[in-house]
Amino acid sequence: MLKKDVVVIGGGPAGMAAAVAAYDAGCKDVLILERENALGGILKQCIHNGFGLHNFGEELTGPEYAKRYKDEVEKRNIPYMTDTTVLSIDENKNIVALNSEKGVVEIEAKSIILCMGCRERPRGALSISGTRPAGVFTAGAAQKFVNIKGYLPGREVVILGSGDIGLIMARRMTLEGAHVKAVCELMPYSGGLARNIEQCLNDFNIPLKLSHTVVKVHGEKRVTGVTIARVDEKRCPIKETEEFIPCDTLLLSVGLIPENELTTSAGIALDPITNGAFVDQNRETGTDGVFAAGNVLHVHDLADFASKEAETAGCAAAEYVKSGLEKTRDIKIKTDGKVRYTVPQRITADTDVKMYFRVSDVFKNVTFTVKDGEEVIFSKKAIGAAPGEMEEITLKKETVEKIKSGEITVGLEAK
Amino acid sequence: MYDVAIIGAGVIGALTARELSRYNLKCVVLEKENDVAMGTSKANSAIVHAGFDAKEGSKKAYFNVKGSEMMEKVASELGVKYIRNGSLVLAFDDEDMKTVEELYERGVKNGVKGLFILNREELIKVEPNIGDDAVGALHATTGAIICPYGLAIAAMGNAMDNGCELKTNFNVKNIEKGEGKYIIASDNETVEASFVVNAAGLFADELNKNLEASHFSTHPRKGEYFVMDKAQGSLVKSTVFVTPSAKGKGILVSPTVDGNLLLGPTADDIEDKTDIETTDEGAAKIRSQAMRSVKGIDMRKVITSFAGLRAVGNTGDFEITAKDNYVAAMGIESPGLSASPAIAEHIAELLFGMGLKKEENKDFNPVRRPMDFFKALSKDEKNALIKERPSYGRIVCRCEEITEGEIIDALTLNPKAKDLDGVKRRTRSGMGRCQGGFCSPSVTELIAKISGVAYEDVTKTGEGSGINFERTKGGVKNA
Repeated sequence: MLKKDVVVIGGGPAGMAAAVAAYDAGCKDVLILERENALGGILKQCIHNGFGLHNFGEELTGPEYAKRYKDEVEKRNIPYMTDTTVLSIDENKNIVALNSEKGVVEIEAKSIILCMGCRERPRGALSISGTRPAGVFTAGAAQKFVNIKGYLPGREVVILGSGDIGLIMARRMTLEGAHVKAVCELMPYSGGLARNIEQCLNDFNIPLKLSHTVVKVHGEKRVTGVTIARVDEKRCPIKETEEFIPCDTLLLSVGLIPENELTTSAGIALDPITNGAFVDQNRETGTDGVFAAGNVLHVHDLADFASKEAETAGCAAAEYVKSGLEKTRDIKIKTDGKVRYTVPQRITADTDVKMYFRVSDVFKNVTFTVKDGEEVIFSKKAIGAAPGEMEEITLKKETVEKIKSGEITVGLEAK
Repeated sequence: MYDVAIIGAGVIGALTARELSRYNLKCVVLEKENDVAMGTSKANSAIVHAGFDAKEGSKKAYFNVKGSEMMEKVASELGVKYIRNGSLVLAFDDEDMKTVEELYERGVKNGVKGLFILNREELIKVEPNIGDDAVGALHATTGAIICPYGLAIAAMGNAMDNGCELKTNFNVKNIEKGEGKYIIASDNETVEASFVVNAAGLFADELNKNLEASHFSTHPRKGEYFVMDKAQGSLVKSTVFVTPSAKGKGILVSPTVDGNLLLGPTADDIEDKTDIETTDEGAAKIRSQAMRSVKGIDMRKVITSFAGLRAVGNTGDFEITAKDNYVAAMGIESPGLSASPAIAEHIAELLFGMGLKKEENKDFNPVRRPMDFFKALSKDEKNALIKERPSYGRIVCRCEEITEGEIIDALTLNPKAKDLDGVKRRTRSGMGRCQGGFCSPSVTELIAKISGVAYEDVTKTGEGSGINFERTKGGVKNA
């Protein structure tokens, strides 16, 4: 049985940042477990630019961004095991993993940081009717075929969902010679970043069909087309608007789901809205010494934010190992519905609290508020807010100290 | 020249092949698809029925009860997952209760053991999540669940290990009787055999008309299903039916042997024997009935949906005929899976009765290693195996925790997988909650490497279902 102070599960942008932060905070006995054959996580296949603007002040590709963190990991001689899949963790922070050289690896950890990332929602989760031929891929799977394996999985393409991966793949497939006929989005607005709509669709004259969905897949062996339709305000397809688009490929970018199977197996409770663990300002879950950060906690827009959040968790994990984390407060963070969720969901100490949240609809001229009972203890104005863009506020220690009730509410007012 | 040619590699064809491989015979199985179990055997309710449904005295009743009794041993020998989980037929009113009593009586007459009628209170004790409207149920403790395509794959693999041949992509276009033999032709190959078994599923009636004038015909009845995430797999332990109608056993809620939850099937009579489209109407029907039967079903946990076709005969019963060294097994709809070991044994007896030489194969080995044997190994056994073959230490499918070693096994052991779905059915890689989003590019690579085909020639289900078109513009040709 291997013994470790801090074990980081997952070596992507969150995991590497968490390991580096824990090390720098004084905990030198750190190990990263990575299931793929190299560090980097999903960034290995994200060869487009747009990474690193926040954390490095320059625009990097995904692999370049990953390399920056990998260099930091190696500079500190932080050990990592690749081709190592964690099979289980338990309440006592015992880890069982499988590795092709070492076989079954058992580790007793003082602290665990969960950084497993997320997966894409598959076709089945949408129950799209029709046949089940080759040619239906999640956008990320297509990205791996194109960018890692070097093969083109489609020539005539329709994309369902305007999440960022879908938008990125619309451009990528176009650059590789495919014809992207349309991007359909169920909602009346895109879930992707505004800059991606501009750079990946508009620059290539790819039509974005808002309030549209795919209602049927055609083709026996390979996709021969899809039927799309406009949806009403209840998101139900309108029969009269059905349109057949011949194509050989349907890419899906219809949402990401944090991969929390290990978390659940360790008995850690999940927030039904984020699909990630309930955490406090340290990103500590309901189990002492188990932290979560990055897309496994909630889906981020940018790798930069995932890494930043992981630094918080990494520092806290180091402190937990060295001296324990004091819990002097028990404040629940609620939302008003217009704000859909927050991370963290509770505050356990008088300290600066960095909070991420998302709104449930498109709003203009908004004021975000944090209320302690009826009293507004924090407010911030913004030109607009959309579900596709994560918001961030920081409650200062002085503000937290003054919270009287056991519950604060994060909400917004819009004109 | 073969002793026996079996047309169709579903559960009936595969188990018949295995049955015949107990004897010194030269047998071949001819399958029109790229893999075995591609028709009714791959898309059904995966149930081994206790045997109370079929009318007493029918072939369905006889073979169901017998097959159900044989299944546990067959599954155990072949390493196929089988769980005797019991089944319930729910009653929602007095009339349903009457049906439940009739089913009980019929079951007793059919020779089914372990039948009980439960009131609501007793029912809740067996299954706490049963819907509030259910007033009682028939409890059949001998009901079981199995992996149906797993059964066909394992039976075919075991038959092959014992000397049987398999020809896939052999679509029988013509069959005729020559001098003491049958001549069976596809577009590009001809096979001769002394005896022929027609186990062509939905197409058995058409094939049969090549050889004899028959009143018997089959039509497809479509059944749509939902597969739920394993997080929903323990809502019920038993297979939960509603009272049957003329068209079938209604929409059931059942755990699968792999720990998912299965909802379905619908029952729509159609004409096209290849139409396996799922529909919005079908989905709506499944949702409303399944949620009435069992509480706590979360439709956001659907991971996939599919449809399968039952081969419904015009007599309402199985049609198994033997004449001129030719046996036809037609109309093998539900409870065909349950009946399959008994039907296979019966087909072999019919062949021997017509003069097929019966000489025991002394080397016959009935045992096949389970495809998922790796998970069941102890830590030390796993480590020893990984030392010998490191590929068993590399997980490719993270959702179902399938290793590269298991995928290589699927590509190299009988009957060898040749496409992505073939690997999926053998290993479950790609069958989990991400539905192959992460692993399919890697599995594609393993298929290319092990089977010696180009990456862009790897398919999902055989010819015409290619996954990739060509190398990307910047791609470098493989050295």
